[in-house]
Amino acid sequence: MSTATDRRVPGDAAVDDAVAPPGGGPSRDALAEMRNPQRSRAVTDIVARVVMWGAFLVAVVPLVWILGTVVAKGVHMLTSSTWWTGNQRNINSDDFGGGARHAIEGTLQMVGVTALIAVPIGVLTAVYLVEYGRGPLARMISFTVDILSGIPSIVAALFIYAVWVTTFGIGRSGFAASLALVLLMIPVVVRSTEEMLKLVPNELREAAYALGVPKWVTVVKVVLRTAFSGIITGVLLGIARVMGETAPLLILAPYTKNFQRDLFNGNFPTLPMMINQDRGDYALATAAERMWGAALTLILLVLLLNIIGRAIAHLGSVKK
Amino acid sequence: MAKRIDVSDLNVYYGSFKAVEGVSMTVEPRSVTAFIGPSGCGKSTFLRTLNRMHEVVPGGRVEGKVMLDDQDLYASSMDPVTVRRTVGMVFQRPNPFPTMSIYDNVAAGLRLNGVKNKKTLDGIVEQSLQGANLWTEVKDRLSKPGAGLSGGQQQRLCIARAIAVQPQVLLMDEPCSALDPISTLAIEDLVNELKNDFTIVIVTHNMQQAARVSDRTAFFNLKATGEPGRLVEIDDTTRIFNNPAEQATEDYISGRFG
Repeated sequence: MSTATDRRVPGDAAVDDAVAPPGGGPSRDALAEMRNPQRSRAVTDIVARVVMWGAFLVAVVPLVWILGTVVAKGVHMLTSSTWWTGNQRNINSDDFGGGARHAIEGTLQMVGVTALIAVPIGVLTAVYLVEYGRGPLARMISFTVDILSGIPSIVAALFIYAVWVTTFGIGRSGFAASLALVLLMIPVVVRSTEEMLKLVPNELREAAYALGVPKWVTVVKVVLRTAFSGIITGVLLGIARVMGETAPLLILAPYTKNFQRDLFNGNFPTLPMMINQDRGDYALATAAERMWGAALTLILLVLLLNIIGRAIAHLGSVKK
Repeated sequence: MAKRIDVSDLNVYYGSFKAVEGVSMTVEPRSVTAFIGPSGCGKSTFLRTLNRMHEVVPGGRVEGKVMLDDQDLYASSMDPVTVRRTVGMVFQRPNPFPTMSIYDNVAAGLRLNGVKNKKTLDGIVEQSLQGANLWTEVKDRLSKPGAGLSGGQQQRLCIARAIAVQPQVLLMDEPCSALDPISTLAIEDLVNELKNDFTIVIVTHNMQQAARVSDRTAFFNLKATGEPGRLVEIDDTTRIFNNPAEQATEDYISGRFG
């Protein structure tokens, strides 16, 4: 059987001609011209390096400075065990010490509830936008998310105040503050999840469809699974964003020095509000060091959540 | 387990763009049919209509009829998910699920469709990997990530994954174009074995490959750029390569263009 293998390709002869070297080399003038740009390229390179390093330092110096100040002024508070077990009950501004446990618990509880509401909404919105959304509705949602991400936190807080307190007549509480934080967290989660879902190669979706897997199973078991670690990172960014928010707490969740585990009634202790409280008496050394201690604790909480999240993300990441 | 495909007068559109026009052909069961033709002539597009994968692209739709034995693939009561369970597909670039192990990749089609029984899965995974000539190479590392295999092994893993759901027809869209000659040979040998159980349609840019593996060959071409692709002719492979009916086919396979 004669097959395509032993055909002679017409035009083979032409290939030899094409390989022939082009006539003559570049002229001397051209060479001189080529050398000069090389020198100016080196200069450009140095300038760019200096500018980049400069920008990096400008960005990093304040960061290190803040961190250094907070650690230097607050770390001795964290070494006392009362800090991790007690609260501020019956401790006046000019009294020394006291605990931050009430505020730590409060912040974690409030942010936990916020994440519980905001993460499903945010992730599902992103899934809709990337996997299902076509046409005007998707564009409108995307636009809304853009606007939402630009809302100042105090406006979100006033909105919740207007709806929750003024319209429905429900009192201020930790939960009301959580709702405001939800508004701030959703756009962060949507945008970061969206980016991660877009990174999942279309070929994986097609591979699943070609196996006769329905779309929703593909989304849950293949797309979300593949993007999992990226989504976790986005959620953490969102949590870090809302953990230190203070404006909604000022308006919706007044501070208390006591333990308060009821998110739905009355005042609620949080770390940003504890910082705010002690800032008011900054002239007193006792209050000032509490403020720095609470600030450091807040930073540590964000750091800890980041480490936990990274560990989860690492466990679920794409293995090579 | 293999079924015949009957296509009559099929047009494929993406939005208002007509990509493929007026294709009619019969694909015989338990045989290999190769699609050849220049780039952009619609052979991959047409292939994807055989398991309704073109619908994944927004605006993709067809006119005409595709029958799988006596089932109309485009009947209004036909769910595309069901079609794809019957007509499997292997893609140009190996695309194992990166989060899954070798075992999980092969079991994916069944698991994602609700099969949980460990024994059933074990059996099918082994059988499919053997069917894809990969078992001896991976049997000691089934729990290792599928993405860690070489390109050729990954492509055979994808074939194992496709045959694990026991389809009637296997569509292969340039399955060797990202592989080296040795891996290509392995896939071609595999295609030869698989045709005992499946109806196979393979798109290839490599005419020698079409000549080596296929029983029948279909030549697709464009009338001119911007025009929809169409089927020029389909015939026994030996005939297409030795004595084609159409001048355009002769020109293409003898290298006068394309």
